[in-house]
Amino acid sequence: MALIGMGTAVMRHLSAGTPFLPGQAKSVWLVEARVDFDTTGGPVSASLSLPDAHPPGFELFEEQAASPGYGFTVLGEGDNRRAEWTKREAEGEQSLYYSAQLVESDSDGASAAEPVFSSREYNNYWEDAQELAAKEVLGLARGKSSSPLSLTRELIKLLNSPSSQNAALLRSDTLGQAELLIHFLNRADIPARYVMGLYLEDARRRQILTPMVEIYTEQEWLLVNPKTGDVGVPPNLLLWHRGGVSVLDVSGGKNSRVHFSMIRQTVPAAQLAQITKSDSIFSRLGVQRLPIEEQSMFKLLLLLPLGAAVVVFMRVIIGLKTSGTFMPVLIALAFLQTSLVEGLISFVLVVAAGLALRGYLSRLNLLLVARIAALIVLVIFMISAFSIIGYQLGYSAGMTITFFPMIIIAWTIERMSILWEEDGPSEVVSQGGGSLLVAVIAYLLMQMPLFVHLTFNFPELNLVLLASILAMGQYTGYKLSELWRFRAMDDL
Amino acid sequence: MSKPWVSIRRLKAFGMLGMNCRNVDFINRYNQRKHFPLVDNKLKTKLLAQEYAVPTPGLKFVVREQHEISHIEQQLADLDSFVLKPAKGSGGKGILVVTGRQGDQFVRSSGALIDITDIRRHMSNILAGLYSLAGSADVAIIEDLIAFDDCFVGYSHEGVPDIRIIVFRGYPVMAMLRLATAASDGKANLHQGAVGVGLALDSGRCLKAAQFGRPIKLHPDTGCSLSDIRISGWRDILLLASQCYDMTSLGYIGTDIVLDKFAGPQLLELNARPGLAIQITNGRGLLPRLRHIEHMSLNRRFRAEQRVDYSMRQFAEESSAAQSPDAG
Repeated sequence: MALIGMGTAVMRHLSAGTPFLPGQAKSVWLVEARVDFDTTGGPVSASLSLPDAHPPGFELFEEQAASPGYGFTVLGEGDNRRAEWTKREAEGEQSLYYSAQLVESDSDGASAAEPVFSSREYNNYWEDAQELAAKEVLGLARGKSSSPLSLTRELIKLLNSPSSQNAALLRSDTLGQAELLIHFLNRADIPARYVMGLYLEDARRRQILTPMVEIYTEQEWLLVNPKTGDVGVPPNLLLWHRGGVSVLDVSGGKNSRVHFSMIRQTVPAAQLAQITKSDSIFSRLGVQRLPIEEQSMFKLLLLLPLGAAVVVFMRVIIGLKTSGTFMPVLIALAFLQTSLVEGLISFVLVVAAGLALRGYLSRLNLLLVARIAALIVLVIFMISAFSIIGYQLGYSAGMTITFFPMIIIAWTIERMSILWEEDGPSEVVSQGGGSLLVAVIAYLLMQMPLFVHLTFNFPELNLVLLASILAMGQYTGYKLSELWRFRAMDDL
Repeated sequence: MSKPWVSIRRLKAFGMLGMNCRNVDFINRYNQRKHFPLVDNKLKTKLLAQEYAVPTPGLKFVVREQHEISHIEQQLADLDSFVLKPAKGSGGKGILVVTGRQGDQFVRSSGALIDITDIRRHMSNILAGLYSLAGSADVAIIEDLIAFDDCFVGYSHEGVPDIRIIVFRGYPVMAMLRLATAASDGKANLHQGAVGVGLALDSGRCLKAAQFGRPIKLHPDTGCSLSDIRISGWRDILLLASQCYDMTSLGYIGTDIVLDKFAGPQLLELNARPGLAIQITNGRGLLPRLRHIEHMSLNRRFRAEQRVDYSMRQFAEESSAAQSPDAG
């Protein structure tokens, strides 16, 4: 079986040219935009703003749209590229897909477009009180700055300062920070425009665009983060929408929204194209053929066998005690979503708090099912409490607890607490520690880029894992822990 | 003191049976899954034992439904002493021993007094599955109290000492006596801190003793010398253990037997996944004996008597040989 797996992988390597090692090429981002809306009857046309062919830091390699029954065209160019879907008659909920492959590149992607705006264009946007406040803020910022860029920075600082009443007055408006900033800049005769960026993170789904601001100074557009004042394009930010009217226009529909899924490929772009286009048996059976939303799920799923193999190894060969057979794998998966240290801390916190509450439940003499159900409710309360407290204290880490599977946590607490009553706290520590150790080892393996790359691009390699699991299942030798357990044999 | 571990070579030389080997080569191969309920449920074991005329502590009655508990005192009326236990309990959990009465109250083995409401609550806990594996619903068994055999006086803290015998394909292969201690809270489970005393298969004499995986010489609570132990009526005990094979058709079992002062050896319960610690108390591995039985051409017409005689003969001189270095 191991041979079959290896053989298939080698053949795939030879015929499709998928490399065995990651990082042999610049990574390719597959970004998929999904537009959803409900039709109102009659002809439908949807128009989505698209990124430039050379957005900063990226190079558009290929794009396609998948929307049954719709006519599709890409209009315009440069900053004004738009995708247009049209259909005479549509009913019910509609989903339109646009996907693009982007290669990371060093291009600065400077926008060539001259600012088309005239500085007097701004309207009397603010009411009197706000107008006054705005003037004062602008005056303050002007006094402290010497160039358009430094003025922008000062403005952001002032708008962010929690003590300023003027800023508070202006912020209370319905405007977002980005739009507010643009109003200010326009008033100061600095050309500025509204930009939407997409933060690229591997295997994320249902992402939305982040508003940013670009200012025109010294013959080029500079990106400014309206929240922090950072200048320049961060490496993982894709500028999706620069200039033009709106991100998404739908006529003949309501409730329209767009969100994005993305995934990073470690396959060279040219080969990726070859894989997805060619008709060889390997490309047909590759995971790459699936829609991106599913692909990012598979990326996780295909890592599971690795975790399972780790558990088998630790239990059979090493003889580590874990609570719940495959709970460590699930914890490791959760760690992949959070990060190791944050995940560990929040997991231990939740389980410890759960054990304390479970101590009270056990005095109520409940039936098992009711006890676990009660525990699930309590766990959810605890997780919400931790998230809220964490957020209030300014740790977004507190939110990551939600990635842990609740039911598994509830069962873990139940088991640990029975263990505590029957075998004492030392057994709880040894089994809990064992589980966490296995989880950490599984996590460390599962996050290694080499394994992520291999399992995703060569799913058949899981046969090798399967073979090793079967082999371990027939192992009848001693566990490592038994060398300790039977230590007394030496002095008998 | 010694190293904190022992080399694989030494373990092999002792013929120690490891957990993986026990599961793959013996439990999976010789114990059919369908027979497991016979031993996991003490009530089934007991009924089966009565069918095969294997002595067990007398069954008084069984409580199956919650509503029976409300008028339980009528059923308990003519019982002075009894044992209340869950049918699916494991590791000695949920066992309530009543040794006598004082007016309306019951005297527990620890000397504590309880009344009928405590017994009712204990019964409904059992029925709710508090003590059973995975918390499934259970039934409560009320059976005769074992009268301690005098030979164990001074060797046990509260609980009843029991004799664990590993029976492989009907042949007893290893035995030990398990003594409750204060550390084990009156329970006879080795991992909870009970003392295990290895017994020679031919005579029932003490070979070695261990607690928490370390060798000891004296009982930690009473200070009695463990090496003086010698079980009387040893052959009858082995015979009882060997019969359990015919009863359950399980190839690899641990039998737990207690000695009653009046009624002699009684089968307490069976275990389809007996632990490995017995090897430490005997100072030898199970594997050579198991392989010996495995490679023997089995004579199916052999009755328990013949199998026991074979085991006592075959595994005897080994036992005494193993004991001799300990004498010094």
